[in-house]
Amino acid sequence: MSASDLWSIVPELWLAGLAIFLLLVDLLTARKSLVGVVAVMGLLLSIIPIGSLLTQGARTVIFGSYAVDGFAVFFKILTVIATALVVLAAIDWLPGRSQYEGEFYALLVFTALGLVLMAASTDIILLALSIEFVSLTSYVLAGYLKGDVKSNEAGVKYFLYGAAASAVMLFGFSILYGLTGSTNLYEIARRVANAPLPALYLSIALMLSGFGFKISMVPFHQWTPDVYEGAPTPVAAYLSVASKAAGFAALVRMLMVVVDPGRLNWILLIAVLSAVSMTLGNLLALPQRNIKRMLAYSSISHAGFLLIGVAAFRGDFGTPGLLIYLLGYMFTQLGAFFVAALIGQQLGTDDIPDYAGLSRRAPVSALLMAVFMLSLTGFPPTSVFIGKFYVLAGAIDNGLLWLAIVGVVNSVISLYYYAGVIRAMYVMPAASTVPLREPAALQVALGIAGLGTLLIGLYPQPIIDLARSAVLLLRI
Amino acid sequence: MPEARCPGGELGAFIILSLVTLIPAVVVVTSGNIVRSALSLIPTFLGVTGLYILLHAEFVAGIQILIYAGAITVLILFVIMLTQGGSGVRIRQINEQVPLGAMAAVWLGFLILLVVFRTPWQIDATSVPQYNVSSVGTAFLTDYMLIFEVTSLVLLVSLIGAIIIARREE
Repeated sequence: MSASDLWSIVPELWLAGLAIFLLLVDLLTARKSLVGVVAVMGLLLSIIPIGSLLTQGARTVIFGSYAVDGFAVFFKILTVIATALVVLAAIDWLPGRSQYEGEFYALLVFTALGLVLMAASTDIILLALSIEFVSLTSYVLAGYLKGDVKSNEAGVKYFLYGAAASAVMLFGFSILYGLTGSTNLYEIARRVANAPLPALYLSIALMLSGFGFKISMVPFHQWTPDVYEGAPTPVAAYLSVASKAAGFAALVRMLMVVVDPGRLNWILLIAVLSAVSMTLGNLLALPQRNIKRMLAYSSISHAGFLLIGVAAFRGDFGTPGLLIYLLGYMFTQLGAFFVAALIGQQLGTDDIPDYAGLSRRAPVSALLMAVFMLSLTGFPPTSVFIGKFYVLAGAIDNGLLWLAIVGVVNSVISLYYYAGVIRAMYVMPAASTVPLREPAALQVALGIAGLGTLLIGLYPQPIIDLARSAVLLLRI
Repeated sequence: MPEARCPGGELGAFIILSLVTLIPAVVVVTSGNIVRSALSLIPTFLGVTGLYILLHAEFVAGIQILIYAGAITVLILFVIMLTQGGSGVRIRQINEQVPLGAMAAVWLGFLILLVVFRTPWQIDATSVPQYNVSSVGTAFLTDYMLIFEVTSLVLLVSLIGAIIIARREE
């Protein structure tokens, strides 16, 4: 190890320092929103050291346990943007609901650090540890509203599911270690070709439970609606975007680096899980009345779509498509949750029928919500359309035509429940005509989410280039 | 195992230690009395310690006794004592889904056993890794340095989270 290794992990050190600094700021000031503002500034500043990594070649640092490559940088950028937006939204949403406002922002930044570590780990112990890191902070954040029974339920449920999933995943890791005698992913990759097959299959199946929990893939999805419904809305937004993205990062790195050289057929397994997740998530989303539960089921179905990109990893479309999808989905999903947060705060309800007449009461938010709903369906020219286009192209390119057809059919089904929200906002008569107050910070977060959704949809080339270079650098 | 001069003895020790680990573990998750659950953890932890010794991991075994059998159990008992109405209350740990869960567990266990017995494990008889204090310390500050440092952050975050959950809202 040399001093240059430390330079390579400056973004991580910065995030850790920022989180601790936020705790100090919280101690010294009575204006808690200041802590949130400092958090956003600090997160935006971290883009500078992250950006400086873009020009460097792919390598591992600190005794091979940590990757500095385009793939990790991509997820660093995604995590930082998502965290900054969620903090912005929470500045307006949280006051009056919890007494521990400053700690909330600090915990969010800590979670960001865990997610960044998850996406770049090249050692199974570090991977397990960072997943545990993210889980621990997420449990606390999900149960943050202590007076709210639903939030308590969300915290406890998330904890129980998460602990079980982690235990099973660790068992899978231990079998992998037993088969190859190393904890380093690249070392394992060299030895995995000689490993006996049945045990390797078992180890991968067990590992999938941990990753599947994080990305809320069927059959590890049951926690999703209850946790999203009960958790504070910004936290639900964060879990459905950043936590899911980091789960995908860890899954893709594991599958491509370790499992693929092991000459076993994992593509069909992932393809089937993808089809089941898409379909089940969609069908369960249809009857939902609560917007957060609807978004939860739709996020299960989007996990299925993203898995198409994992299954179709060969060629030029699958993996770049996965990254583009994740980035576009991040803006759209965050935006949809922010509108839900706004309505939940102003009207005190999460029911879709209560969105009636929103187009007249809060025209900007309603218009943005309509854009987000269309984007989640996959209409051009929005960000999720580009992502869907790429992963479906990847599926066809990889000979998974049936999976692409399942994907298209599911997109059509999903239009029904997404359009239901638009219908409520624009067609149904309003219960009252009083305009809704739209708080400033939440509006800024919403605006950025809407801008991201449309910009990626209209001019995707920079993102495509970024995703392409990120994937090229994945294999060392 | 290079030092297994008496393979039968090692197998016997393994079976006894497994039983010492597993039987109290079942009590932990089924007993209605939370104090009994907590105390049943002690033989479980000691059984695991025995397994570590069987694997020539003496240092880890010592840590296991110090931290798990000692500190963690005492901590759990303290928590029960300080929680209002925690002790003496009978808590039902099972519900109507037990048959379903048992079926899933038996099926998974069967699957794992099947795979374990069908796998031709490659046993490398030449290298037993060093498990003493200095080699563990060296590993912490070389290959596993980042992991070691991140662990301290995880502990810090858990502490903050625990305080937030435990403190009373005013």
